[in-house]
Amino acid sequence: MEWDWAFVIQILPTLIEGAKITILATVLGYILAAVVGLAIAIVRRSKNKLVSRPMGFVAEFIRGTPLLVQLYFIFYVLPDLGLTLSPLVAGVIGLGLHYGTYTAEVYRAGIDNVARGQWEAAKACNLNAWQTWTQVVLPQALPPMIPALANYFIAMFKETPLLSAITVLELMNQARSIANYNYRYIEPITLVGAFFLIISLISVVGLRWLERRYGRID
Amino acid sequence: MGQWAGYLQLILDGAVVTIKLTLMGSALALVMAFLAGLGRLSRFAPVRWLATAYIEFFRGTSIFVQLFWAYFVLPLFGFTLTPLQAGVLALGLNVGAYAAEVVRGAIKSIGKEQYEACTALNFNRWQGLRHVILPQAFVLMLPTFGNNAIELLKASAVVSLISLSDMTFQAQVVRAQTGSTLFPFLTILILYFAIACVISFAIRGLERHLTRGLDGIRS
Repeated sequence: MEWDWAFVIQILPTLIEGAKITILATVLGYILAAVVGLAIAIVRRSKNKLVSRPMGFVAEFIRGTPLLVQLYFIFYVLPDLGLTLSPLVAGVIGLGLHYGTYTAEVYRAGIDNVARGQWEAAKACNLNAWQTWTQVVLPQALPPMIPALANYFIAMFKETPLLSAITVLELMNQARSIANYNYRYIEPITLVGAFFLIISLISVVGLRWLERRYGRID
Repeated sequence: MGQWAGYLQLILDGAVVTIKLTLMGSALALVMAFLAGLGRLSRFAPVRWLATAYIEFFRGTSIFVQLFWAYFVLPLFGFTLTPLQAGVLALGLNVGAYAAEVVRGAIKSIGKEQYEACTALNFNRWQGLRHVILPQAFVLMLPTFGNNAIELLKASAVVSLISLSDMTFQAQVVRAQTGSTLFPFLTILILYFAIACVISFAIRGLERHLTRGLDGIRS
């Protein structure tokens, strides 16, 4: 069986439709992951062990189990408990929660890197907790985190094909349905691979730039 | 309750497949990691390019796509793989690419004086690597290898989509047969977490074993 360019052109519009959903899911999932991660990082820093310990366990648990199973859990179990979600929403929540536990570690490292003197200075200036976080700690902690956060953005982008397992019509699912319908696997699956490879190679260049721009700690 | 015992047995059968897949995939990943990691540090430019191409390709495309490619497209070129072979191949090559960067990073982090010591002892490149550099670098690689093995365990769930009856696949079977969703999925989540804990525990034990007697020597 050989490569057929006419077939490629015929299936390209459908694949582009799928790619749009892939990108949408990545962006929404990442916004959720960024917020969830910050929440987990802050709760884990709590001095109250009754709060920080369980949060730590939940984060470890989510990080130690497959995203695919978590997606099934959200998609199949929650409706039985009375919460029915559309496939895309379930997928975005799954991606956001899973990668939130990863970004939480990035935040944690970034926050730990802020020198103790800065906290003491904030206290000396009589800032309250909110002011300390928003005006002293986070402005210093966030820029060095940017490359690591971008790295997880790319990692998450490459995991979005898993959403096809819960019937989200993203790129991989479109490719599979084309492949099954026409019984030609080589073009759709290879094109999906090429799509991910091209985006990844471009993002590697972008990542290097971010590392140069923000990565250094001075 | 007796009914659930039967379904639990089904899931445990799947757990055996998952563990087998994780072990074989990790073995392949370890071999690929050293081949590609050392390849990137080779004196010969074509070897470096080949290793870089392998690493960038497998890190750049999704494991899911690689698995489907191995299972559905390779047969068209005359390589027919069983689901288990395709799973081990895709998982091993994918995680191996990530681990190769770990190997490279650990070897590059060994200080220059160690290489000078190798020269002073009149070791050739291979002897220096084998007796001086790798024993020190391997300890640095271990914690990240542990994380990579857990990533591989997690990624192994996708093989259920090419009809390999691993833990996730069996959970879907139980769901289809009983209509119960909480029991199968919660069970396998706990089992996956338990396996991940065993991996990180084993790696920590191995690390303690390998660094025994080195305290105070290493900074």
